[in-house]
Amino acid sequence: MKEQAESIKSEVVSSIKNVNTLSDLANLKAKYLGKTGSITELTKNMKDLSIEERKNVGQITNILKNEVTEIFETREREINDAILNEKLSKEVIDVTLPSKKIKRGSLHPMTRITEEFEDFFVSMGYTVYDGPEIESDENCFQKLNIPVGHPARDAQDTFYLSNEVEKFLLRSQTSTAQVRAMEENVDKGPIRIVCPGKVYRRDEDATHSHQFMQIEGLVIDKNISMADLKGTLEMMMKRVLGEKTKVRFRPSYFPFTEPSVEVDVTCFKCGGKGCNLCKQTGWIEVLGAGMVHPDVLTMSGYDPKVYQGFAFGTGLDRMAMFKYGIPDIRTIYGNDIRFIEQFDRKDED
Amino acid sequence: MKLSRKFVSDYIDLDENLSITDIADAMTSVGNEYDSAGKMVECTKLVTGEVIECIDHPDSDHLHCCKVDIGSEVLDIVCGAPNVRKGLKVVVALDGAKLPGGEIKKGSIRGCVSNGMLCSKAELGLDNKFLVEKDKNGIHELPEDTEIGLDALSVMGLDDEVIDFELTSNRGDLLSIIGMAYELGAIYDKKVKDIDLNYNSNSEDINDSFKVQIDTPDCKLFLAKKAKNVVIKESPDFIKNRLIASGIRPINNVVDISNYVMLETGQPLHYYDADRLGNTLIVRNAVDGEKLTTLDGQERVLSESDIVIADNNKAVGLAGVMGGLSTEVEEDTKNIIIESAIFDPIKIRKTSKKILRSEASNRFEKGLDPRRTYMAIERSCALLEKYADAEIVGSLVECKDLEIDDKVIDITLEKIERVLGIRIEHEEVISIFNRLGFMVEDNDSLLRVTVPTRRLDISIEEDLIEEVGRIHGMDNIEGKSPVLDVVRGTYDSTRRAIKHKLADMGLNETMSYTLIPNGEVHKFTNDEFEPVTLNDPMSEDRNTLRYSLLYSLKEIYNYNKARNNSNISIFEIGKGFYKKDGIYQEDLKLGILMSGDYELGIGNTKVDFYYIKGVLEELLYFLGYEGRYSLIVDNIPEEFHPGVSATINVSGTIVGTIGKIHPSVLKDDVYAMEINLTKLLAIRTGSMKYKDISKYPGIIKDVAFIVDNKLSNEEIVTAIKKSGGKLLTNIQIFDIYPNIEEGKKSMAYKLTFEDATKTLSDEEVMDVFNKVIKDIESKFNAKLRG
Repeated sequence: MKEQAESIKSEVVSSIKNVNTLSDLANLKAKYLGKTGSITELTKNMKDLSIEERKNVGQITNILKNEVTEIFETREREINDAILNEKLSKEVIDVTLPSKKIKRGSLHPMTRITEEFEDFFVSMGYTVYDGPEIESDENCFQKLNIPVGHPARDAQDTFYLSNEVEKFLLRSQTSTAQVRAMEENVDKGPIRIVCPGKVYRRDEDATHSHQFMQIEGLVIDKNISMADLKGTLEMMMKRVLGEKTKVRFRPSYFPFTEPSVEVDVTCFKCGGKGCNLCKQTGWIEVLGAGMVHPDVLTMSGYDPKVYQGFAFGTGLDRMAMFKYGIPDIRTIYGNDIRFIEQFDRKDED
Repeated sequence: MKLSRKFVSDYIDLDENLSITDIADAMTSVGNEYDSAGKMVECTKLVTGEVIECIDHPDSDHLHCCKVDIGSEVLDIVCGAPNVRKGLKVVVALDGAKLPGGEIKKGSIRGCVSNGMLCSKAELGLDNKFLVEKDKNGIHELPEDTEIGLDALSVMGLDDEVIDFELTSNRGDLLSIIGMAYELGAIYDKKVKDIDLNYNSNSEDINDSFKVQIDTPDCKLFLAKKAKNVVIKESPDFIKNRLIASGIRPINNVVDISNYVMLETGQPLHYYDADRLGNTLIVRNAVDGEKLTTLDGQERVLSESDIVIADNNKAVGLAGVMGGLSTEVEEDTKNIIIESAIFDPIKIRKTSKKILRSEASNRFEKGLDPRRTYMAIERSCALLEKYADAEIVGSLVECKDLEIDDKVIDITLEKIERVLGIRIEHEEVISIFNRLGFMVEDNDSLLRVTVPTRRLDISIEEDLIEEVGRIHGMDNIEGKSPVLDVVRGTYDSTRRAIKHKLADMGLNETMSYTLIPNGEVHKFTNDEFEPVTLNDPMSEDRNTLRYSLLYSLKEIYNYNKARNNSNISIFEIGKGFYKKDGIYQEDLKLGILMSGDYELGIGNTKVDFYYIKGVLEELLYFLGYEGRYSLIVDNIPEEFHPGVSATINVSGTIVGTIGKIHPSVLKDDVYAMEINLTKLLAIRTGSMKYKDISKYPGIIKDVAFIVDNKLSNEEIVTAIKKSGGKLLTNIQIFDIYPNIEEGKKSMAYKLTFEDATKTLSDEEVMDVFNKVIKDIESKFNAKLRG
């Protein structure tokens, strides 16, 4: 009996090797394990045997049945795998072909730099103030201590509107926001604003565009000093141009601030060692600032004996040029797709 | 302002060890920036020599072979100048000398040894305007008594150094050597030396023979003196060299003295030929249309804002700007009237902007110290006596309508600390004021500071604080964090969100110029408005403020197309300008332009109307206007394709236009839209709220109608929605079959039926579904597609 079982098993093992389809496998399986299969046949005459023999035969055939079943299952898995692999082998694609992508969008570098400044100041409790681009001469000059005929008007050759000379103009500086913010503040209390925006001057070359962007800052409170101004600008410049940036104050003159300073930052290109960009000085002039002139406070309804504050203004275009290494301001407003598409990535934090 | 080191050294002792850049940097640190600082003449290895032999070059028709004694040795030098001759004292550039034209090297010229070069003034690099004919045509001839073997630049007085300052407009006082001396004195803690004003007057009184009459409020101080029998000749070298170092061309001793005194004191002077002038001068405003021929020979037509100096008949000078030709000092002038005056800075500025910006007008514009007006006329007399042999007529013509008082300002140390944010000690503050030449009355915490009239820029406490900060060093202020109340910072989050949304949808943001050509301002819109134009534009291309952004976007498209850049999908947010009821208005606008491929890669798809509409809908949905807008084919601007465009209606307000650009505007398939964000964002939206998600499955039914070709999708959807009622929660078009029959199309919709409270039965759904079919069939004469 045992020999018979062994011979069936080896017969299965050898014949199953030639079976390659699921249907042939089913047929072969029926030949051994079906109702009339040879393994089923082994138990057919069991009832004629003694209990002892019946137990023996039963045991042998059960083991055989399990073993053969496993052989069939294994082979079935092998055949299924082969079929699947055959199918997958026909589905190979070229993964290096281009993806189906939507065009890549981007924000203009001036938007990016503006948002960077806005975020920095908003985080410190400043409100972003948006003033009109058409301004009165009064707001743009007179209330900033620049009366008609003042020599400081020379530096800002202004676009006046038709029939509005010395009345209405395209703002030549975002400092107009100082006047507006102070006048609009009815309770004449503290102010903390920044105003980014477009400004216009009659000027055009590689470093000047007749239209460009500035950001103005104004803080009015009871104990605001030049030291607060310096601290604020140090933080701002580190945020925009990098942690290693240093800030330097030089005395200067603006009619609407007193004292006034020009602010230099360490050259972002050479780090202060001296290079062509900074004309070997290690410093680059980026900003004008100072303490709001008492006359300016008075003209907008503030009492300079109670309130004082600082104001600063800087060219955002220059900041973008520094930050992204753009050599010519005209590139910024040229809107060549190959230029604007470059600003499509997340900035480093 | 160009500062000559030699000139300023007349008034202050500067340490010889200080380099010119040290001085310039020190001035910068107190607020006076400079453009350049260096030697007046950038040449090396120049010595004085004497030509001891000069023979014609054997192989040339113009060269000479010279032997030149330079004291230590005799050099062979070939020279081509026509004026070279034996016995001449010359400037010798030695082997290795660096000149602006290059380096001098030993060598031979056509077989003759040449170990240096004999120099002309032109070869030293002096600007052409300072040279006369002989300086250009031949070598420089030194005086016969010149010692040989000395540094030639020093012998010529050209060994000066110059700082070219770019001064701020408040520091008119620094447009003078004396003002510069005071500033340097404050920096280096040195006293300023007195100016020499000594001269002899004759026994006459100028007031007996000469009168001045002021007929304008624009002249508050006018002084005149008379100098007789002047001898006009070349100025001494030191005057010429200092003028050249300061950028002014020497003319003759008399003219040079007027310029020299202006440089020293900051007060411009004018000299009249007394014999060509009447005995009265009138200062008045010009009459409109009045004519005057100025020094440069040009006839000027004047207006009322110009101030003139006139005799009894006519104007003889344009005050503060330029003298008149008729009374000009010339070679044969004998007697002169000296004018030293102060004119209204604003009037001078206006006139000089029109006529000529000069050294004089620049100083008048910035304001003048009346003390210097007196000083300058006295100084002028002293120099005319000394260098033009003048006889000075006694007394002074003086028309004065102002007080000359020093300003007195009180200040406390607390105030200084409160503004600067740092404590500067009592002694230092007093020392700073003293160094600046300000008198201080020290009453412990209260300082009473007397500011001399030369500092016109100082009038209030804050000005004094700036002086303290400046001399102490503004950069010595330590930065600190402001201590302020905690408040919420805000910004325009909607505008920013729109920009980011559009960039996320694959559009590139542009930023273009606000100014456009006037002829384009009414394009891309049917709105009626008054455009805003410039008074004095830089060019006709930029003379008007844009109303629509689409002209700019179209130009950007053309610019890029010309550079073979394709697949342009761009947007811009900016202002549109107009005037309404006399008031200037600015509306915030969004412009979008799309063309070429939007989805990239293989099988890319071209932008069509439905892509740009998709952008519009995505944006309107994002901003909360879902279900509150529609496109209306009406009133399409002529720059848009009439069949592929519409106006955008949100809650009953037209907020913009969308569509294809008209082929006569752009030949390519280009789509654009513009939304007036000021109008759109004024329309309120509801806040975002959670809606219950139905727990019960919805039932989807498909239906297709055959309808007239002209019937719009929106009309059908609106009708289905109305007919379907509450249970119909979604309508989705999924197929369009045009021209399925003559003039008919098939429109297939997927309808979703849901009830948030229960599972719908088939009968309930079929009731509604059949009603929809019946309603559409009857409303549009539609047929159900089998």
